[in-house]
Amino acid sequence: MDFIQDWGLTAMVFAPLAGVAIMMLFPKDADDTHKVLALLTSLVTAAIGIAVLADFDYDDTGSLQFLRDNEWINVINSRFILGIDGLSVPLIALTLLITPLVIAYSWNHFPEPHNPKAFLSLILVLHTGMLGTFVAQDLILFFVFFEVVLLPMYFMIGVWGGPERQYASIKFFLYTLFGSALMLLSFLALFFLTGGETFSMVELAERVQGMDIARTTQLIVFGGMFMGFAIKVPMFPFHTWLPDAHTQAPTQGSVILAAVLLKLGTYGFIRVALPILPEAAQSWAPWIGGLAVIGIIYGALGCLAQTDMKRLIAFSSVAHMGYTMLGISTLTDFGLNAAVFGMVAHGLITGMLFFIAGSVKERYHTLEIKRLGGLLVSAPRLGWILGFCTMASLGLPGLAGFWGEFPAILAAYQPAEGLPVELFRGYMVVAAIGTVLAAGYLLWLYQRTAFGTVKDEFVDDPNIHDVNGPEWIAWTPLLALILILGVYPNLLFKVSDGSIVNVASQIAAATGN
Amino acid sequence: MFGAAEAAAGAVEPGFLLENAYVVPLVMAASFALTLAIGKRLGKHASWIGIVSIGFCFLFAVGVNVQWYGYVHDSEHAAESHSEDSEESHGEDTEDHAEDEDEAHAEDGDEAHAEEGALVLPAAEGIGPMVDGESASARGPPTVAAVAEEGEGGEDGHAEYTIEPVTKSVTWWTNGTVEFEVGMLLDGMAVMMLFVVTLISLLVHVFSTDYVAGDRRYTHYFAFLSLFSAAMLGFVMSQNTLQLITLWELVGVCSFALIGHWWEEKPNSDAALKAFLTNRVGDVGLLVGMIILFFAAGQTFDIIEINTLANSGDITHTALLVASLCLLAAVMSKSGQFILHTWLPDAMAGPTPVSALIHAATMVVAGVYMVARMYGVFWNGLVIGGSSVNALAVVGGLTVLGGAGLAFVQSDIKKVLAYSTVSQLGYMVMALGVGAWTAALFHLFTHAFFKAGLFLGSGSVAHAVHSFDMKKDMGGMKQFMPKTFWTFVICTAALIGIFPFAGFWSKDEILAGASQLGGDGSYTAFLVVGSIGALMTAAYMTRCIYLTFFGEFRGGHHGEVSHGTEDHPVEEDHLAADSGHGDDLEAAHDPHADDHGLPHESGPRILVPLYILAGLAIVAGFANVPNSGALSWWPEDFALVFEHLFEPRGGYFPSLTEAGPTGAVFAHPKFDIVIALSSTLLGLLGIGLAYAWYFKGLGPHGITRRNRLAGVGHRILVNKYYFDHLYTGIIAGGVKGPVARATNWFNKHILDGVVDGVGKGAVVGGRFVYETIDQKVVDGAVNGSGYAAEGGGQVFRIMQTGKVQQYGAILFAATVVLAGVFIVVI
Repeated sequence: MDFIQDWGLTAMVFAPLAGVAIMMLFPKDADDTHKVLALLTSLVTAAIGIAVLADFDYDDTGSLQFLRDNEWINVINSRFILGIDGLSVPLIALTLLITPLVIAYSWNHFPEPHNPKAFLSLILVLHTGMLGTFVAQDLILFFVFFEVVLLPMYFMIGVWGGPERQYASIKFFLYTLFGSALMLLSFLALFFLTGGETFSMVELAERVQGMDIARTTQLIVFGGMFMGFAIKVPMFPFHTWLPDAHTQAPTQGSVILAAVLLKLGTYGFIRVALPILPEAAQSWAPWIGGLAVIGIIYGALGCLAQTDMKRLIAFSSVAHMGYTMLGISTLTDFGLNAAVFGMVAHGLITGMLFFIAGSVKERYHTLEIKRLGGLLVSAPRLGWILGFCTMASLGLPGLAGFWGEFPAILAAYQPAEGLPVELFRGYMVVAAIGTVLAAGYLLWLYQRTAFGTVKDEFVDDPNIHDVNGPEWIAWTPLLALILILGVYPNLLFKVSDGSIVNVASQIAAATGN
Repeated sequence: MFGAAEAAAGAVEPGFLLENAYVVPLVMAASFALTLAIGKRLGKHASWIGIVSIGFCFLFAVGVNVQWYGYVHDSEHAAESHSEDSEESHGEDTEDHAEDEDEAHAEDGDEAHAEEGALVLPAAEGIGPMVDGESASARGPPTVAAVAEEGEGGEDGHAEYTIEPVTKSVTWWTNGTVEFEVGMLLDGMAVMMLFVVTLISLLVHVFSTDYVAGDRRYTHYFAFLSLFSAAMLGFVMSQNTLQLITLWELVGVCSFALIGHWWEEKPNSDAALKAFLTNRVGDVGLLVGMIILFFAAGQTFDIIEINTLANSGDITHTALLVASLCLLAAVMSKSGQFILHTWLPDAMAGPTPVSALIHAATMVVAGVYMVARMYGVFWNGLVIGGSSVNALAVVGGLTVLGGAGLAFVQSDIKKVLAYSTVSQLGYMVMALGVGAWTAALFHLFTHAFFKAGLFLGSGSVAHAVHSFDMKKDMGGMKQFMPKTFWTFVICTAALIGIFPFAGFWSKDEILAGASQLGGDGSYTAFLVVGSIGALMTAAYMTRCIYLTFFGEFRGGHHGEVSHGTEDHPVEEDHLAADSGHGDDLEAAHDPHADDHGLPHESGPRILVPLYILAGLAIVAGFANVPNSGALSWWPEDFALVFEHLFEPRGGYFPSLTEAGPTGAVFAHPKFDIVIALSSTLLGLLGIGLAYAWYFKGLGPHGITRRNRLAGVGHRILVNKYYFDHLYTGIIAGGVKGPVARATNWFNKHILDGVVDGVGKGAVVGGRFVYETIDQKVVDGAVNGSGYAAEGGGQVFRIMQTGKVQQYGAILFAATVVLAGVFIVVI
């Protein structure tokens, strides 16, 4: 087990790249070889990951484990530090799960212009970027991984996307890059403000506490990070890249985007922004909370106006991530735990919804809601699965989505000391009203697509069939997890709680309460 | 994994069944999964999974009730045996309770608990100061209730004993190192509900095997019956408020699925959505209310703890008031109270047995049950039993009359019953509002039987005529279906409250409560409301019976009921409207109309449940015969059995002897012969009036056309007080129409406009830099750099050929640089 302790994380992060290297050896037209190789790579990565997670000490989720601290870029004192705690574990597990499922789904759902070699390689590169972000404990390393995910996604949307892919991919790339640039500036500012000696997250947090950095400076530095993370989340009003990117991306891209990429932003808040600059976080929190609840209502209203199923699901992410951000903005253990749960739940549920949208598109060749209908008649199992995910997405207790929403709403009733209580209680009510709107747009979507009778143009369409093999393989784990986590949420809360308690107490200590 | 069962105070041991009652919902959940998994393969035998499961659960529930009887008896004795000093035993009890709490929060130790308490205290204070003045004034006059209590002879001796609920729980989730639990809380009311829910569910299962035979989604139907039973049974045993919320919603989902059972037709799916969304509106109140209670009670979801703290005055009155008003919103949606009742009549789009089970007997009482469950909160929050009128009673009272009024203008038999349910739920809520807790629960108990009987009876009729329209397709059914007719009449008599049927006893207790409880006769208005309600109930039910069972048979004229045995009122309406009354005699198409198109009596699987329910409608009332007032001769051993068995006794329920923080003492109304007689007379008067109007054709028929005022009144009723127009048309239509579109426009043109605008601006900037600075200034200066210029030009040409948005690239890069400069400068 020593290898796992010392090198497990490193091996897990870079295994996908090794897979890509092997895939490069084979010619472009060996489709099946590439599929097998990509799937194997993702499974090997998952195996290493499982070995790591199995060795993880779940009684001590609050501290960093599997620490790896090597020299890296000595010029700027940036080090290669990897480590995981209870905050990273759920997200790593989610990533390790989603990627193989996406590859399995790709087996017979290849978007045009095909080319599995390039497509699957991009997914694997993306995999490395995502895993890396969740294990990096050095800001520069974190930034590098954070940016690594951009390029593959840009190409996935730009090459394999829908008719508006050019616009969508550039918008996605530049918007996110814009945020990242500000974030990098903040990282550099932190580096220099603390004496230019380290980029280590843990050390930076300690140093900032020990120093007397001007309040305004802290606020601006936090602002830079806020832009980087908020655009990624995305928070209102920086969300406009998201519906376009999602709508145009191929199904696999949408799933990864929704399931994991958006979480890089919320993860960044909890991992980087809050612990390092707790006082600034406290000042920003009411604004973040405000944008979050606007996002909840705004996203829901946006959903009601959509005529395209996929775009509607994309918009719903704005609302759902609003709950996550509301949880974060309360700076309490309830809120932060809700945020972590919300990230995983949203990943599972919205990932599933995008899978379904992809499969509907493949069958009907359209996602225009008013042309759909009677899915329960033409593909009953698909219709049932959509119904299940709809219920999960609207936050039905007993399914995973609820545990991301309810504790966040709960936390807003009593935010951390020093935050304006009345304001947050207002947020709580607005967020609770958001659950009504969520039920509204999701059930309305379900009514229009699944209930009723099949539209004339699709009656007896041989192309419309029920769920097939690769779909079952890709979906079953997600559906099962949505149910299991919903019924027994402690599986996740128990893991995240340790590190969340740390973050919350760090904030409480720093803000003088 | 299960924590130790917390034994009752003293040495009273709950029996095996009591301790393991949590398996009941689990069995039904398993039945759901199993039915879904293999039901299709079993075909019409799929229903057996559900029937066997619910049958088992029913027997289990009966066993639980029997053991509960013994448990109550033992608790009483244990209290008597060391009641030398009641003070002391009281102290012991609370101590025990505190210990139990600590155990519940187990491993984390007292430290975490104490810390939490400290954390919360300031917040609780922040909610608002105690309303000292109010509670003081309420404490002043000894309430009538207290006097009434003393009169209750036999009760005096046992007033002090407590019945510890049987609990069992496991860890559910963790936050901030505090573990929250999920589990079972079994006390009298839960035990009672176990019996009611399993019994009615069992009868509905049996009834359904005939009623929905051959349905296209037979398996799904039974699967959801199972899931519903699981959710409802779990709901009534909920140990904490979060579990309550969870199962409350799950019950709602089952209702959604079953209302929309025939989702091919849009009106059905509309009704399902309406039910779910209306309930979601109420759920906002549920969430917020429970969150307030969570923090007010020192961060706990535990129902007993919250109620105990509310009763001991440890939660500020303001917090309790706000919480109970929030929870009231949830009650209004779930239990069909005005003004969130509109979904319930529409819910009749589901199959009739479902209406009986879910939308009359069990699910809709979830709201009532929740109030009863959190009664410590409502009692103290709304100052029930004090000298002023409270929101709960007002909502209930409005609903009694509002619902009854609407029942008069329905032509669909199920809608009459639906509005009748609304009205009866109003009685229960009103009873809780005036402090007649036991009367409310008792009415819930009796109502479940006779209302299920009525719904199943209407289903039996509809099964014969393939329609729910009393005016078009029924009439004279008495001659075709005498057995259904008699069960229907018995259940109607119970609903109206004719002596000695079940409804008489429970409704009378509510009216007595309204007249006797509270200070200064503060609830007398509700006695009037309840009495008028009784009159109206009698009248509309007589009308219903007349239209359905008497007169000439008007059905059989439109034969083409294409989908066989399904009953959708809406669809039937459509068919009737389409085919008109003329083209008849196609009845041969209908497999069930083979006896020359005339309806006939239903089979045993439909009739037996009706007999059982009618039987209960006769006898259920004797479960709580008061031995006071004119009935003081009633043998004590058979008196107030319901109250004795099922009313909670302990710190989590308002005390019978000591005034709580609001100064009110919980009490029971006495039997009052005047009220009993007058409400019976009003009922008979209602029957008489309706009889004269419908059977004899007396009275000013057609007044709604002749008299303006009557016409307006009629129109308001037909339009259901215009609530649907307001909700569906204005609010829902507004949000998903103009508001949503405006948001989308804002998104497209303002937010995205800014993004695209920045992009375009950067392109313009780039062009300026290139053409003016680069080409003229730099290029002019550095003449020899032709190679570089050419390369740059090519890049730029590519960009120019692309879409405008591609220029976004440049402009964003420019913005990034600018922003960087900005920050560095700072």
